[in-house]
Amino acid sequence: MLKKIIFQFLALSLIFTYSAQSAESGGMPQLNPEFWISQIFWLVLTFGLLFIILSKFILPKISNNLETRKSQILENIETADKQREETEKKVKEFDKIINDTKVEAKNFFNSERQKVLDDINNKRLSLEKDIEKEIIKAEEEIDQLKKTSQEKITKIAIETSSDLVKQLIGEDINKSSLSAIVEDLSKKEMEKHNGI
Amino acid sequence: MAANPMYQFNVYRIGPEIKINNIDISFTNASLFMVISSLAILIIFNLGTKRSIIPNKIQLLAELSYSFISKMISDTAGSKAKPYFSFIFSLFMFVLFCNMFGMIPYSFTVTSHIIVTFVLAAFIFIGVTIIGFIKHGLGYLKLFVPSGVPMVLLPLIVVIEIISYLSRPISLSVRLFANMMAGHTMMKVFGGFVVSLGIVGGWLPLGFSVALTGLEILVAFLQAYVFAILTCIYLNDALNLHH
Repeated sequence: MLKKIIFQFLALSLIFTYSAQSAESGGMPQLNPEFWISQIFWLVLTFGLLFIILSKFILPKISNNLETRKSQILENIETADKQREETEKKVKEFDKIINDTKVEAKNFFNSERQKVLDDINNKRLSLEKDIEKEIIKAEEEIDQLKKTSQEKITKIAIETSSDLVKQLIGEDINKSSLSAIVEDLSKKEMEKHNGI
Repeated sequence: MAANPMYQFNVYRIGPEIKINNIDISFTNASLFMVISSLAILIIFNLGTKRSIIPNKIQLLAELSYSFISKMISDTAGSKAKPYFSFIFSLFMFVLFCNMFGMIPYSFTVTSHIIVTFVLAAFIFIGVTIIGFIKHGLGYLKLFVPSGVPMVLLPLIVVIEIISYLSRPISLSVRLFANMMAGHTMMKVFGGFVVSLGIVGGWLPLGFSVALTGLEILVAFLQAYVFAILTCIYLNDALNLHH
């Protein structure tokens, strides 16, 4: 039922459209020369004005803009290249400076260490010499002391023995004979001491 | 009545009748759309001339169209065609904008009239012929004598070449006019189907209409491009005679 209605509607509308369109077939308005002159006139006028304004005022500006942009970009690229080169140079310089300073620092360190080592060596040598001298001196002193001490001991021994004898006996004894005896005794004692 | 698909191409007077020496040059709807297209071109491209290094959208559009047409000319007609750049640019933009404004419903398509396209094509044809004769003198006639053709065939070839040369303005103008007229007529017919089939059956032609709108926008651009590039090719023949 619904289908039938739709089909009828479609058929009717098609017929109506056809009749409406065929009723006023006036051909192509394009071929009606009534307004040809007017169209040509306005076409020449508008297109001519458009061409003149575009070519005189607008297009030169656009091309100018494009040119300036192009040149600006080229310029920028150039300056960027220059700056990059400069930075590379600077980086090289910087590296060189760092290397130089490193070498310098190493040299300086080495020389200073050498100096310090030399200094230490010298000081040690002089110290050793001093110590040797001191040792020799001390040995000499000891030797001297050994010699003098014997005499002193003998002397003291003689004096003490004379004093002892004096207190024991109550009279003075000849010092030379006493000393001879003491020397003799001490010699024997020394020999006993040293001989063993 | 508006149901006639050809009705949209009617030209009618807007305002008073203007006559100079008994010649009717009244302002019509066709004139109106020529003025609108030209003004739109001028406004858009004037907005695109700001002197900024980083372009805004309109400037980008203007500069892209500039380089697009510049490239088209140098590709087809070589560097000798540089002086004719403004003309081809104006031509392309005028045809493109007239086509595009014609896509707005209830508007008028200037380029769907044979007289408009024929005047443009005839102007191009005459201009190119004059340029050819100025550049090469009578040597321009060598265009009709292709090299490497046997002597026997030569009379025939020359006649064919001359006919093809003379038919250039006709083919150029009819191509644009017929494309515009056919497309708009077809859209109108489908639009009429939508109305007459109503809410029940109108969806199919409506879909067609939508698809056709997309197609017509493509055709509007393409025909403007073809018009401009054929002008470039004719110019190339006149500038660099190498037949």
